[in-house]
Amino acid sequence: MYKVLEKKVLSPGVNQMVIEAPMVARKAQPGEFIILRVTEDGERIPLTIQDFDREKGTISIIFQEVGVTTRDLGQLEPGEFLVDFVGPLGRPTHIEKMGTVVCVGGGIGVAPIYPIARALKEAGNEVISIVGSRTKDLLILEEEMKAASSTLIITTDDGTYGRKGFVTQVLQELIEKGQPIAEVIAIGPVVMMRAVAETTRPHGIKTVVSLNPIMVDGTGMCGGCRVSVGDATKFACVDGPEFDGHQVDFAGLMSRQKMYKTQEKQAEEHTHCKGGTCTCQH
Amino acid sequence: MPALRQAMPEQPASERIKNFHEVALGYSEETAKVEASRCLQCKTAPCRNGCPVEVDIPAFIKLVREGKFAEAALKIKEKNSLPAVCGRVCPQEVQCESLCVLGKKGSPVAIGRLERFCADYEREQTKTAPAPVKRTGDKVAIVGSGPAGLTAAGDLALAGYQVTVFEALHKPAGVLVYGIPEFRLPKSIVAAEVEYIKNLGVELLTNVVVGKTITVDELFEQGYKAVFVGSGAGSPQFLRIPGENLNGVYSANEFLTRTNLMKAYDFPNQQTPIGLGKRVAVVGGGNVAMDSARTALRLGAEKVSLVYRRSEKEMPARHEEVEHAKEEGIDFNMLTNPVKVIGNAEGWVTGLECVKMELGAPDASGRRSPVEIPGSNFVLPVETVVIAIGNTPNPLIPQTTPGLEISRKGTINVDDEGKTAREGVYAGGDIVTGAATVISAMGAGKRAAKAIHEYLSNR
Repeated sequence: MYKVLEKKVLSPGVNQMVIEAPMVARKAQPGEFIILRVTEDGERIPLTIQDFDREKGTISIIFQEVGVTTRDLGQLEPGEFLVDFVGPLGRPTHIEKMGTVVCVGGGIGVAPIYPIARALKEAGNEVISIVGSRTKDLLILEEEMKAASSTLIITTDDGTYGRKGFVTQVLQELIEKGQPIAEVIAIGPVVMMRAVAETTRPHGIKTVVSLNPIMVDGTGMCGGCRVSVGDATKFACVDGPEFDGHQVDFAGLMSRQKMYKTQEKQAEEHTHCKGGTCTCQH
Repeated sequence: MPALRQAMPEQPASERIKNFHEVALGYSEETAKVEASRCLQCKTAPCRNGCPVEVDIPAFIKLVREGKFAEAALKIKEKNSLPAVCGRVCPQEVQCESLCVLGKKGSPVAIGRLERFCADYEREQTKTAPAPVKRTGDKVAIVGSGPAGLTAAGDLALAGYQVTVFEALHKPAGVLVYGIPEFRLPKSIVAAEVEYIKNLGVELLTNVVVGKTITVDELFEQGYKAVFVGSGAGSPQFLRIPGENLNGVYSANEFLTRTNLMKAYDFPNQQTPIGLGKRVAVVGGGNVAMDSARTALRLGAEKVSLVYRRSEKEMPARHEEVEHAKEEGIDFNMLTNPVKVIGNAEGWVTGLECVKMELGAPDASGRRSPVEIPGSNFVLPVETVVIAIGNTPNPLIPQTTPGLEISRKGTINVDDEGKTAREGVYAGGDIVTGAATVISAMGAGKRAAKAIHEYLSNR
């Protein structure tokens, strides 16, 4: 059993949780992920690591309540327990001094980009971070990102905070200004990562994206997280989660993420109708 | 003495395809005694030579004949810590039973069924707690809680070592819980066998991925004096044909893990879903393919087609499993090879394009290799495709453990006793042999436990 030590609501439906998991914390590195189960009848879901504290033996995660598992997770309070929490999984981000690196985070993709930006800066890079959200209320980790970056640029789709527009517009301007960019790392919704990859492709700038497909075990055993990268089929759990954004088949990835749409709806109705005063016949 | 072996009572096919309960129901006490009375008690006991863990077969059968069922179970447990599992899933027809003298006249003693009977009797009727062993010996780490790891753990605990088993998943027992379906091996039986190992004093830690959460080097730093790697053949192979990443294509590992380990058959009470069309194709000819096909039926598929590129004679699956699959109405498409998964615009499977094959000259394995018949392509209309063509070893431990010798196939090289190129590290099971059977993994676990005991005794 793994204890919830802290919980913070970052924006509506988005929570940050600190979990006691000393063995995971001891080894965690930027770019890696964990798999958790909330209850005995729960599903295993992957979440990227937002932060870790080796001395305290804790892992911090940020998640958006989008389905049954994340909603169950959001119900937990400090002092309560998750049944399973395993990791760190996946390959860590390649961190070295490269020069100027652009870290792009969209939505809750800012959570995993944060430890990467911090590590890249500590390695001596000039880190320009571009962080985007739909609207001001949904923006997370602004202070942390400011500390982890040399420069932080914020965009909101509706212009309620920072620059109005998309992260790709800022990235495009940086490139056009002739800023030499050694590498771009983008984490966020698949459409955003694809847009970032398309922005950098004509300029031949190395672009790393972090994928979060459906997984079961997270150790290379089920193959459910497979994704086409170039000519090869890769398993995001053990070969990734980071891949060359110019090689990833984003369309295939998006299609595979819809695999359980019908069942997800069914599960929502099931949990919704289990309690409360609902009188429907589900 | 009856000339023929006693039949195994079974759930009728028409019933069992609607449930996940065990197909074979087990012998009664009377039937077991009758079957045991067929054993000739040969002095040379050739059957024993066919058992990878050297169970004293004539001795336990004699006890069954005398009605001493619990004692018979203990006799088996002297050599085999998982008899209820082995009695169900061992390929006895190519092991102990293949060497039975009565087999020469056509009907060997049903050793596996008797083993199962004894184990079940003991579990249900008696509560024999294992004799307490003083554990003062060195610390030994076991990587993986499948058949190889559990066997090694049990033997080392009995020899007095402080044993810790590290399991990557949230439940112990490896392929016994995620792979082999309930209708062939009930999970309550696996749980009882795991409980037995724990009662021997073995510590079992789930949610630890050795190679990620902790490395073999770190295990030694923490004071473990020897490490046994039984991490299995975890990585699913695909066909490398177009359309394999469409929605509706599963590896057998994923299909079975969702159903068995995550209990997707009880969705949404259990939160893990599985996607299944009305028509399912399962590609492969081994036990895993049979398990997948029969699982698909029980999940509610209307038609399940087995697609195998060789003929039925070459199928590596156990005869019993093939017969069960046929009785249940699986549609066998032999000498048929998939060439393409066909999908619709939304990315979902609509069919499996196959080509007919004929048998050519024998290949390296001695089996006649299949050759395509040009122009014989046809489309099997299906919504789900399950690929059960085998697994390769999981690379996590080979990649993170310096000093091991790794074969080109990715397996760990060991000597006859399971010793790797690195001192103090032993390995066995599918990580050494590639995908094989439960009992051969147990045999390897047993040999390695013996070798570890010798190594630690002579230091």
